[in-house]
Amino acid sequence: MTGRPLAVLLPVASPAPRSFPKLTLVHCVGIVGALALVGGAAHAQGAPAAPSAFEVIFKWSPLLLQGFLFNVAISLLAMTLGTVAGLALGLAQIGTNRPLARVAWAATQFFRNAPWLVLLFFAMFMIPFQFRIFGYVIPFPDWVKAVIGFSLPVMANVSEILRGAVRSLPSGQWEAAESLAFSRRQTLWRIILPQCVKRMLPPWMNLYSLVTMATVQASIVGVSEMLTLTSEVHAAEGGRPELLAPLYGFAMLCFFLYCYPIGRLTQRLERRFNVKS
Amino acid sequence: MGADALTSPASPAATGWTPDQPIVSIRDVRKSFGAVEVLKGVSFDVRKGEVICVIGPSGSGKSTLIRCVNALVGIDSGSITVAGREVNDPKLDKLALRRTVGMVFQQYNLFPHRTALQNVMMAPVQVLKQDKREVEARARALLAKVRLSGKEDAYPGELSGGQQQRVAIARSLAMRPEVMLFDEVTAALDPETVKEVLVTIRELAEEGMTCILVTHEMGFARSLADHIYFTDRGVIVEHGPPAEFFAAPKDERTRAFLGQIL
Repeated sequence: MTGRPLAVLLPVASPAPRSFPKLTLVHCVGIVGALALVGGAAHAQGAPAAPSAFEVIFKWSPLLLQGFLFNVAISLLAMTLGTVAGLALGLAQIGTNRPLARVAWAATQFFRNAPWLVLLFFAMFMIPFQFRIFGYVIPFPDWVKAVIGFSLPVMANVSEILRGAVRSLPSGQWEAAESLAFSRRQTLWRIILPQCVKRMLPPWMNLYSLVTMATVQASIVGVSEMLTLTSEVHAAEGGRPELLAPLYGFAMLCFFLYCYPIGRLTQRLERRFNVKS
Repeated sequence: MGADALTSPASPAATGWTPDQPIVSIRDVRKSFGAVEVLKGVSFDVRKGEVICVIGPSGSGKSTLIRCVNALVGIDSGSITVAGREVNDPKLDKLALRRTVGMVFQQYNLFPHRTALQNVMMAPVQVLKQDKREVEARARALLAKVRLSGKEDAYPGELSGGQQQRVAIARSLAMRPEVMLFDEVTAALDPETVKEVLVTIRELAEEGMTCILVTHEMGFARSLADHIYFTDRGVIVEHGPPAEFFAAPKDERTRAFLGQIL
């Protein structure tokens, strides 16, 4: 034994300032480079005339990016629809109408604890491809059904986020408002909900990231979003196995570049709001 | 304040109450939370302009008792009238009651998303629908009265505990209550800021505001109260004017409590 204290006896390093390695554009380029290299290495052994992975991605990027925009559009629409429905459901959950609150609670729990893909299938096969109202025919293409399918879990999660935010406020806020003669409704809208917005924002943004990434599941039910298109591009290029990694890597990169900043912003908001309400 | 006596439907005249009657009358009030009976038959009267201090060990039902006065907590049996209005009446106009009774809490409970001035203005503007400019003038005057001029635009998070508590007092006064309830309002404060809040309450009491205080500040209770009530385990064990009460407590429990705290 030397005179040094055993490592286990050393004070535990304070975990306070957890610094995450910041991902910058350089890292991202590195990731893509690595992926391309994998493709390139495979390419070297293939037929000499076949275009490189870079050339393939470059050639198809307008189509693939269009597919990605479709993912973003689906996610934004599902989020909007789900948020509106979820806020209504959440308000019903915390409302004073007992039966309504029960139903809202049950609906929230049901949709929150169902796999997203199952809900998507549910929406795909339960919703007709068109509606007929007053002689007008309103078509319901697959992507609209996908939007509805994704908005169901969003709705349930937003409902729960709202309920959680309202519950997280100290009861003294309700008491103070009550003692100042505010009615329950006034208390909710003037005092409680305005304070909840801040608390709801980070989990809501988190949810949005999850929805965006989940939209690729729409490829399973035949919506031509990015993943579907990637697979089609791969087939069009002769299904060369060495193209798989670069093509799907490109899809990953697109999602990463979109979702990562949202995640960073969410963290920053969380930290800022945590300081003091 | 009080100079601009705006008539309001909450004024005692509407209920047949006259100033020669107690403004708050508590009769044999019982309250249980589940299996625990917190109030086991409490009675007392408060006359207009009187300052009442309720003291006693933690869990003796003090806070529950004053929460019953403005119907934040419903009572199981007995009766509480405030300026002639029966609190235990199922048809009670809670809005009118709460305009008559102001309340200040241990944890201040300011609305953190609103500035000090907005905190004071909110209820008169949004609940009583009073004219915004008139309310603002009154709110500024109230903040000045609690010595917080210059802090109108500060958010609660930017104020010290004592400052927040004084905003809370001003917020309550903005409703022009007849009775003020103070629930251990200095218990969460730093010792050095306790005094500034007590000074504010003292001024209020000296202006003739009817005050019911739950407090652990014995010195304050002794010098300010007209009457002291000592509660333990849901009953009033002993009461009397402070000089008598503190000099010669009769009950064993009172003596034990005062022995601990003084």
